[in-house]
Amino acid sequence: MGQTDLSLVAHLLRRAGFGATRDELETYASQSYEERVEELLHPDHAQAMPDDLIRRYHVDMSELRQVDAAGAYWIYRMITSSAPLEEKMALFWHGLFATGYTKLNQARALLNQIDMFRRHGLGRFDTLLLELSKDPAMLLWLDNNDNHKTAINENYGRELLELFSMGIGHYTEQDIKECARAFTGWTLKNAEYMAVRASKDSIWPYGRINWHFEYRDWDHDDGEKTFLGESGHFNGEDIIAIIVKQEATARFVSQRLFQFFAADEIDAAGEAVVESMMQTYFESDYEIRAVLRTLFNSDYFKSEPSRYARVKGPIELLVGALRLAGSYRKPTLGANQLMLQSFFMGQGPLVPPTVEGWHEGMEWIDSGALVERINFIAKELSDISQPGVRDMIAWLDAKHNGVLTPEQLVNGCLSLLGALDVDDETHAALLDFASADGELNLQNHQPGDAAEQRVGNMLRMIAATREYQLA
Amino acid sequence: MASAAREKSLVVIQLTGGNDCLNTVVPYNNDLYYDFRPTINIRAEDVLRLDDEVGLHPSLGAMKQLWDEGNVAVINGIGYPVPDRSHFRSMDIWHTAEPSTIAKEGWLGRVIRELDPKGDNVLTGIHFGRGLPRALGLRGVPVASVGNLETYGLFTDIADERVKHATLQTFSRLYGGAAGRDVVKDYLAQTGSDALKGADILRTAPAQYSSTVEYPDGALAQNLKSMAQVMFADLGTRIYYTTLGGWDTHSGELATHAKLLGEVSESVGAFMADLKEHGREDDAMVMIFSEFGRRIRDNGSGCDHGSGGVSFLVGNQVKGGMYGEYPSLKLEDQLEGDLHFNNDFRCTYATLLEQWMGLESAPIVNGQFEQFDCINAA
Repeated sequence: MGQTDLSLVAHLLRRAGFGATRDELETYASQSYEERVEELLHPDHAQAMPDDLIRRYHVDMSELRQVDAAGAYWIYRMITSSAPLEEKMALFWHGLFATGYTKLNQARALLNQIDMFRRHGLGRFDTLLLELSKDPAMLLWLDNNDNHKTAINENYGRELLELFSMGIGHYTEQDIKECARAFTGWTLKNAEYMAVRASKDSIWPYGRINWHFEYRDWDHDDGEKTFLGESGHFNGEDIIAIIVKQEATARFVSQRLFQFFAADEIDAAGEAVVESMMQTYFESDYEIRAVLRTLFNSDYFKSEPSRYARVKGPIELLVGALRLAGSYRKPTLGANQLMLQSFFMGQGPLVPPTVEGWHEGMEWIDSGALVERINFIAKELSDISQPGVRDMIAWLDAKHNGVLTPEQLVNGCLSLLGALDVDDETHAALLDFASADGELNLQNHQPGDAAEQRVGNMLRMIAATREYQLA
Repeated sequence: MASAAREKSLVVIQLTGGNDCLNTVVPYNNDLYYDFRPTINIRAEDVLRLDDEVGLHPSLGAMKQLWDEGNVAVINGIGYPVPDRSHFRSMDIWHTAEPSTIAKEGWLGRVIRELDPKGDNVLTGIHFGRGLPRALGLRGVPVASVGNLETYGLFTDIADERVKHATLQTFSRLYGGAAGRDVVKDYLAQTGSDALKGADILRTAPAQYSSTVEYPDGALAQNLKSMAQVMFADLGTRIYYTTLGGWDTHSGELATHAKLLGEVSESVGAFMADLKEHGREDDAMVMIFSEFGRRIRDNGSGCDHGSGGVSFLVGNQVKGGMYGEYPSLKLEDQLEGDLHFNNDFRCTYATLLEQWMGLESAPIVNGQFEQFDCINAA
């Protein structure tokens, strides 16, 4: 049993999860850092709000026809999951292999894809690409159902190389064609039926029935292909086996993981970490879990400068605030608005703008999105009726025997919001805000009284800081 | 008040869900219409006749009056190539002006960039609603999304005025101050200050506004009234955007559609009257569109998704009349049971951009498109 500095474990949880409450942080701080990393990397017994409970309260989350219900259903999972890295990885892969409702009109097929990310998101990259290539939502999203032996459709073949594995510049147009040829015959089980439906039916263009993968040998081009310098009668599996052993792929995957989990920009010190991640990638037979272990355990990741080096994405921000406030821990009427809310902030789950996913980092922020972000989290975290916020009030009361100086109020609330570190100017502004009303007396506080509301006001102010926008 | 040389602005009203064009501009003299639409039709004696062939839905009284004044261009048979009956994909196509690939840049985002290349005015384009329609989305182009002009801004949920004031003061301090070492924090500070500034400017608009025009109830009317308030306050806004949902009338169409059309008609009528009262009738043009029309055959209660549709341009500088061809209802002319579109939606975009906004259209709508002669020469 080791001990870990509270602010370091808070940093890890912001990145490898959606932040953590004060109680969680104290529990985790009694472990060694490496133990915490291993637990995060092995989400074997993930618990979340059970499906039957969700369905009992939300009829539309049973059928999962509409995208707002489906998006909210996933947000419930993110809010209540005991394995935050599993959900965070699903969100990462969803951003990288961005598949959108706009073309599919089938939210369930998308959620099946997200579930596949949960199963394989920390495993071997070749397995993941293989599952992706068979994923019904992806087959339709990138037209591989139109990729035939007699007439290839390059869409999936191209994006597999450009957006999903190697990045532009590491292959030729000919490689794209050969890659597409290898994936001919990889289609949907009921492709013809769905093609008819797509032209005739308006509400359900691709049908209501569940979608399945089918490999059609008769529609597969078994001819010889030359791909990235290798020749053979390649099928899709062979292409993936060649892709994953490329250095460009190792670099691509490591960089994307670095940018999602460590820092929006890769500086010189970050580049060294990326190179060690690449080395792990090959040594571990392309295992994402191992690559992340290298990242999380690196001195770079743990260092002070890498903290708050990322802009929180809208879903991270929303889920993190809800996990702290404690709202939506149980099925809650109106939960679908969470999907709309994250869309208003610029990131609706299951509706990425294009196959390129979202532009992250500073591009999350514009004046409209910032107003939506701050108004939402400020409202949630200042709501003193929510269970998480009530716990915070009780913690402050107990820690300071009911009477807090303005400085204790500021520091206590910063600590409760995930051990948030703020710079001196921010701290001074928060302190002046708290000092205007003098000492806070929480003795004999009653739900909703003025003393409790002052805590809510302080939490709102902290939620509105620049620091809270960062992870 | 500003001088006569005010710049032209464009108001876009998006009808989300697929407006049934056959029951909007009704071919009341065509027996095929009543054959295909035994239930979901508008009786010939009820239509507001525009000519011997077609007439407006009876809920469009105010639009009919604008038509009589020569201020409405009806663009029949509008659509995009290779129709896709998905709402989302269709709307994407209208938003990005790119029918063949999944594009990201909104056409109006490109317009705003042309109008204000350096982003000097954070209010050049405003969406009256929450979130940002893709039509307005473009990296680096600021667009305000105003859910409610009266209460727009930060911390709108704080009821206690004293707390609200203190919170806004502190926010201003948290996001103000000198630029520091950190690029991201500086950018956040700039954006937060801009948001505060934009909200402060916008909030002045309702206070300066007075009008004898009474807008009807409803969100669309409220949004159009907010647009009038912003327009009259001369904040330099050129692109105004709003949406009205509920047009996906698979069932119960007759009642729903009548109500929605009435809302559009009365709201646009009030808006035009307001512009006139303030001497602004030559400054703005309204475009009304929907992502697609609906099936020619009804389903007994409503109509399913179709392709070809109808758009309207409304304004004092519009040359009133019919544009495009009214699509044939004959079985052999149908497109898989839909009206066959005969003019690309980008023709209308190009017309507005070139003849109204004075912009080169090709880079914005991705190519050269024939234009209509439906706007008075400047």
